[in-house]
Amino acid sequence: MALVLTEEQSMLRDSARGLISDKAPVSHLRQLRDSKDATGFSRELWKAFAEMGFTGLLVPEDFGGSALGCVADGSLLAAFAVDEGAKHRPLQTNLQAKRSGNGFKLNGAKAFVVDGHTADLLIVAARSAGSPGERDGLTLFLVDPKANGVAADRTAMVDSHNAARINFDNVEVNADHVLGEVDQGYQLLEGVLNIGRGAVASEMVGLSEEVFGRTVNYLKERKQFGKAIGEFQALQHRAAQLYIEIEITRAAVLKALQTLDANFDSAGAAVAVAKARAGSTATLAVQEGVQMHGGMGMTDQFDIGFFMKRARVCQELFGDANFHADQLARMKSY
Amino acid sequence: MSDLEKFRRETRAWLEANCPPEMRKPMTSDEDTFWGGRDAKFSSEPQRAWFERMRDKGWTVPHWPQEYGGGGLDGEQAKIVRQEMAAIGARAPLVSFGISMLGPALLKYGTEAQKKEHLPKITAGLIRWCQGYSEPNAGSDLASLQTRAETDGDDFIINGQKIWTSYANYADWIFCLVRTDPKAKKHDGISFILFDMASKGVSTKPILLISGRSPFCETFFDNVRVPKSHVVGTVNRGWDVAKYLLQHERAMISGMGERGVGRPLGQVAADSVGHDEQGRLEDPILRGQIAAFEIDEAALAAAAERAVDLAKAGQSHPAFSSAMKYYGTELNKRRYEILMSAGGIDALEWESERSKGGARPRAWLRTKANSIEGGTSEVMLGIVAKRILDLPGA
Repeated sequence: MALVLTEEQSMLRDSARGLISDKAPVSHLRQLRDSKDATGFSRELWKAFAEMGFTGLLVPEDFGGSALGCVADGSLLAAFAVDEGAKHRPLQTNLQAKRSGNGFKLNGAKAFVVDGHTADLLIVAARSAGSPGERDGLTLFLVDPKANGVAADRTAMVDSHNAARINFDNVEVNADHVLGEVDQGYQLLEGVLNIGRGAVASEMVGLSEEVFGRTVNYLKERKQFGKAIGEFQALQHRAAQLYIEIEITRAAVLKALQTLDANFDSAGAAVAVAKARAGSTATLAVQEGVQMHGGMGMTDQFDIGFFMKRARVCQELFGDANFHADQLARMKSY
Repeated sequence: MSDLEKFRRETRAWLEANCPPEMRKPMTSDEDTFWGGRDAKFSSEPQRAWFERMRDKGWTVPHWPQEYGGGGLDGEQAKIVRQEMAAIGARAPLVSFGISMLGPALLKYGTEAQKKEHLPKITAGLIRWCQGYSEPNAGSDLASLQTRAETDGDDFIINGQKIWTSYANYADWIFCLVRTDPKAKKHDGISFILFDMASKGVSTKPILLISGRSPFCETFFDNVRVPKSHVVGTVNRGWDVAKYLLQHERAMISGMGERGVGRPLGQVAADSVGHDEQGRLEDPILRGQIAAFEIDEAALAAAAERAVDLAKAGQSHPAFSSAMKYYGTELNKRRYEILMSAGGIDALEWESERSKGGARPRAWLRTKANSIEGGTSEVMLGIVAKRILDLPGA
């Protein structure tokens, strides 16, 4: 398959771009932040996303009415609870799931549960057997956030998005709320994470591209020493290097997404490459963006800082560049 | 089954039947490359067999028209041939500047007579070409070149000197930039001309490099007589041809860093560095450098694939080969820095049999030219800044 967008994909991109630039420019996030909005995002916007079909892109159409159908149509918000420590280490999962009666009891704590404070449903990775670091013994549970013993603590993050720390204190879960097989949840977890990694990598390519576009415009407009600062070779070469990094990362991310579509179970290496590259590229893009905007780049009034903060969060989400470099080395046995 | 799937299946079967096992191993020395030419020698029977089978099928250059000895394949089919060759680690049957540089320029700017004369000899490996671009005082500022061609009836008389002419001492013919109008502005008085290196007045002198090898020459022209019909494109418009050819040259050089076959760098490093008790490379910092390198290498491979696909879709920027050239060459230098570090003192041996005559350190030193030849990294970044990003000035 050619590594370019199909006509259908280009149309989808254009409609997403139209909706977001109309309804959710940076000023929208700024307003949510400044008003200390209770939800932290716009439900109305989420509904608009759902109406465009964006929330159901990965869900086949014949699931209407089911929980999956409700996720797809935007009426049910699900949050994914994996991380426990400061860094993304899914194999280290240690939230305990002990058999109890007809089901399980969950004990432990999750961190970095994106929008976990408003979720209608939690998908929780837990250890039902074995020790941290082992693949066997992981199980995924569907948990009602209103169940006894669940306590979510909303945390506003550096990027003005929200993640929750959630405690599970003897939370009872029925056996029919197990997702997949007991003790065999690793493959499912890894597959879902890979989709998330591909999506976050895409977000970082978009973010890098936007920051880069704003920065190149600034290089053409801003005058010092009697000329546009973009005439200085010191900045031209750095801008060119950043452009090249972004284009190469774009190709790597496209490759990973196509591999996820075509060959889901063997997409691990391509996804690791894409997420690692996207993290490094976005980090470079926002740093160069702020530096080349000079003092203006440091002001809250200017939008560029929002991108820098978001890039930092996207780096950590589902594993940073170091995590994925290590993953790749393990896959290649060195 | 779609036509393309059928083509892939047939290609795979044909390669399986025709590519000798020896030709599926990674290349380890200069002898593993077959360059063709009047004095061409095969270093082994499998190399000969592989070349001849591919030549007869038209697959030394699969995407050129059949009338010129190519395979007549379209872009999708040619991509499948590349992919299927890569999948079994098949070597290129013929490497030549005729294929990677002159051919594309001739196909775009050459007369029908010129195409018929030269392209079939390229695809059949009969003529080996070299490139007469750089001069002692025209490096990054290539358009300031001084080699002059003066009219004498239906001929040009060529005088001057070229430098860094790759393999000029082995080449049969040269494609050369010469100044045909010394009074015009520097880009406007240049012509692109072809002539036989056996012509009277042509001489070459190899240049000893830091690798101890001499892949480049000084090339001297002393009253060399060349028919005017050997000019490609219009007289004094040779810069257009030169730039077009450079795009292809840069794409070729950027591909020098692409491997995708052979053992992963991490395993090569483990040979000399060893593993810890958990099976990881004994040197954790080197392990991280290798992983970071392999991420960039895989990303570059995707970008190279995408560049071809964008060109097919009519969406590519003509200056993008400069971006790829910059990244590919810098990456290849990184590869060899890692290989040297991983090899430790073993990689320092220069003449021993054990080291195949210092193959690794010589290759390491050779890569340092990658970011200079075909336009320096700094020139590439300048081209990207001005032509793609449209930044002002100069």
